[in-house]
Amino acid sequence: MNVKIKVKVNGVEYSHDVEPRLLLVHYLRDTLRLTGTHVGCDTSGCGACTIHVNGKAVKSCTLLAVQADGCEILTIEGLLTNGLLHPLQEGFHQEHGLQCGYCTPGMIMTALDLLKNNPKPSEDEIRHALEGNLCRCTGYHNIIKSIQYAAEKM
Amino acid sequence: MSATTSYIGKSVKRVEDKRFITGKGTYTDDIILPGMVHSAFVRSPHANAKIKKIDISKAKALPGVLAIFTGADVAAINGVPCGWQVNFKNGDTMKEPKHPLLVADRTKHVGDPVAFIIANTREQAKDAIEAVTVDYEKLPSVTNAAEAVKPGAPLVHDDVPNNICFDWELGNPKTEVEEALSKAAHVTKLDFINQRLAPNAMEPRSYIGSYDTTSDKYTLYTSTQNPHLIRLLMCAFVLGIPEHKVRVVGPDVGGGFGSKIYHYTEEALVTWCSRQIGRPIKWTSERAESFLLDAHGRDNVTTAEMGFDKEGKIVALRVKNLANLGAYLSTFSTCVPTYLHGTLLQGLYTTPKINVDVTGVFTHTTVVDAYRGAGRPEATYILERLVELGAHEMGIDPVELRLKNFIPPFDGVKQPGYQTQVALQYDSGNYEGVLKKGLEILDYKNFRREQQEAVKNGKLLGVGFSTYIEACGIAPSAVVGSLGARAGLYEVGQVRVQPTGKVSVFTGSHSHGQGHETTFAQVVADKLGIPMEDVDIIHGDSDTVAFGMGTYGSRSLAVGGSAIVKSLEKIIEKGKKIAAHKLEASEQDIEFADGKFTIKGTTKSLGFAEIALTAYVPHVYPADLEPGLDFSSFYDPKNFTYPFGCHIAVVEIDKETGKVNLKRFIAVDDVGKVINPMIVEGQIHGGVAQGMGQALLEGVEYDEDGQVSNGSYMDYCMPRADDMPMVETASQITPCPHNPLGVKGAGEAGCIGSTPAVVNAVMDALWSGGKKIKDLRMPLTPERVWTALQQ
Repeated sequence: MNVKIKVKVNGVEYSHDVEPRLLLVHYLRDTLRLTGTHVGCDTSGCGACTIHVNGKAVKSCTLLAVQADGCEILTIEGLLTNGLLHPLQEGFHQEHGLQCGYCTPGMIMTALDLLKNNPKPSEDEIRHALEGNLCRCTGYHNIIKSIQYAAEKM
Repeated sequence: MSATTSYIGKSVKRVEDKRFITGKGTYTDDIILPGMVHSAFVRSPHANAKIKKIDISKAKALPGVLAIFTGADVAAINGVPCGWQVNFKNGDTMKEPKHPLLVADRTKHVGDPVAFIIANTREQAKDAIEAVTVDYEKLPSVTNAAEAVKPGAPLVHDDVPNNICFDWELGNPKTEVEEALSKAAHVTKLDFINQRLAPNAMEPRSYIGSYDTTSDKYTLYTSTQNPHLIRLLMCAFVLGIPEHKVRVVGPDVGGGFGSKIYHYTEEALVTWCSRQIGRPIKWTSERAESFLLDAHGRDNVTTAEMGFDKEGKIVALRVKNLANLGAYLSTFSTCVPTYLHGTLLQGLYTTPKINVDVTGVFTHTTVVDAYRGAGRPEATYILERLVELGAHEMGIDPVELRLKNFIPPFDGVKQPGYQTQVALQYDSGNYEGVLKKGLEILDYKNFRREQQEAVKNGKLLGVGFSTYIEACGIAPSAVVGSLGARAGLYEVGQVRVQPTGKVSVFTGSHSHGQGHETTFAQVVADKLGIPMEDVDIIHGDSDTVAFGMGTYGSRSLAVGGSAIVKSLEKIIEKGKKIAAHKLEASEQDIEFADGKFTIKGTTKSLGFAEIALTAYVPHVYPADLEPGLDFSSFYDPKNFTYPFGCHIAVVEIDKETGKVNLKRFIAVDDVGKVINPMIVEGQIHGGVAQGMGQALLEGVEYDEDGQVSNGSYMDYCMPRADDMPMVETASQITPCPHNPLGVKGAGEAGCIGSTPAVVNAVMDALWSGGKKIKDLRMPLTPERVWTALQQ
């Protein structure tokens, strides 16, 4: 009953037989062992599982692995270039944009999508873009500053 | 000790960030052990139901299902314990019904576990849930504490009359307080519900239990705030396994806010069952389960009266609370509405007569326990709402009323601590200082002008104040022991200097976002005069760290940090002996500063690394001294610490929709000395968002059937990025006089001060527009505010 899928994740091609019900987030976490993508709510409410599929931010608990067949996927683990931090990763570090770190990968992937489409967002635009991502630690204050930091650098 | 400071007081960037921003953090659910299997629970769909029959035969036959346990299988195992005994006023022991690992006979809240399924995969375990047949006889239930104590209310436990767990009183005699209230020139009274909240740490709880037959040893990986405490409770009270045969690991943990302090039934089950089936077992909560099982916070039904004389001086305070405890007792649920709440009702005021009366009540709901602030937000809410409403009713400016009633400044050194009417002695404080600083940032006079302009233009602007105090750094063991705590509340800090002079620090405190790996390293590096890179902070593993009580109650630095400082002092003292021997000087002539042991008044010195090496290669060494440089200390605090502050909210109400727009939030906090201002501000930001969430957005709702009607992120309104303004923070520093770092704790302050500030601001806006309403029920949703505007 398993289905064969081919995906390119962080530049590496994979091929696996997967259970049709397997969620994309569980494929990434359990099969590929890319555990930087987190599950916070199972119902697309918190954004902790946000990744990029074909260049767009999506919540990977909302997709089945089979739906990603043939797609290009970017996760938090793929953001480093030659061991160097992405400006967003640097921004979150410099501006203390994380505490427990659980929502952070999803926040960064959502912010990456925002900055791709709107390189110099206003504070309001950043807050609006983050509506689908929950953080319980930071009150969002330093997340906003982290994204502003990255926008300056990018 | 080092004379110069190179790290303490600076906003050093966090060393733990790297793994989290690159996706390399290791939370419990990220761990896969060899041979590990998965699990899921059959949970009660009813709040109160008799289990007539359970049939697991079909489920057991499904592919991949390895075992199913029910209440009958664990009937001989103890339930999870309560860590604090609060007795009835007449001396009777509180009612402490068993909280079983699996329910055998009667479920007591929606989500109560009925069967535990273990299968090869997560999907197989979940499929099997559907195949278990449970024949329930649904019974009437009660979820509201005020209803639960009425005669004839459904009983949660048949042997607990009127659902009352305990009744409790603190302060001055009731008659004296009543007399003072009867003579008062003005009495302000409020009846309200401090609503139930879901903690919602972003990482759902996750556990892996594993048993090794060769060593007869269990390992539990758990998303906990206190690994050693879990080991103590699980071994000694639940499973009866000797502690040296259990290792508890709390790896990276995605937020706690109180909800991960407690010993949960699932922890004991995965541990016990791993031996029964001979495989490691993982259980990870789904968010829907988190809403039903993670201990909730608050949920008090309150009546409070504050009396004033004709000048506006507070003459008395009387508080009566019904505290909803949920269906069972959680680890600290009994101390939250009593010793962590009643003791804070002095607030910042000189109130001479205070009486608080609390009844703990069982209901058919999720257990209630400490949630960020734990009792102290509820106390602050009572005081700050009463003061603000009193000011409005008497026509006195709320700032003036506070200034009139503040306890005068005292440093706890030259001036003694302040003895309250409700048992505590405050350590040091300057309460008018934080309020005045807040007013400057707000530009209060100008704000009142703007408010009047706004009214003329048909708009509603409001400002709300909250001047709070909390008791943190818990706690002196003897004191809490005399009040019913069943554990000591010290902390452990071990400093192991390696032969090369690099330092490994083992702390019983646990970081789940607080940044211990940075702040603790700042302290150690400064005290030893070495670079921070030479210091590693290790926590979260009961096999590595000697012991510990964990992180809650803003205690990490005040108690855990102090334990480390004690060990550092021992290191330096021993280092001086070694240096004296090598330098051929007397020990009294050696001083330690900037990482060097020097003969006073000379330039003859030895570096810290040299001394470390000598301790491990003791060729030229004092005859009566042991080799090595490794000390462990227990620190038991002398008193609680008492951070305080002033929070100010500015809101605008949209008259068309009733929506409250939080325009400004000013937080002036005095948390004693600050090791890392960036981290302290981050704690305040997050706490403010949670407190604002209670004021405007959040609240667990039960329907008449005992179902949580908003148990998902579609329905439970969490604060989102666009609900918050940038938080304007400022600090004042009044050092704690009784711990070596002078720190008071910053974890809960934001959540304690902010809720009443926001509610007061909304009420101020309503009063400014002529709507003289006493109170509105939290959360102040657009619907509630709009309805109030129509009256």
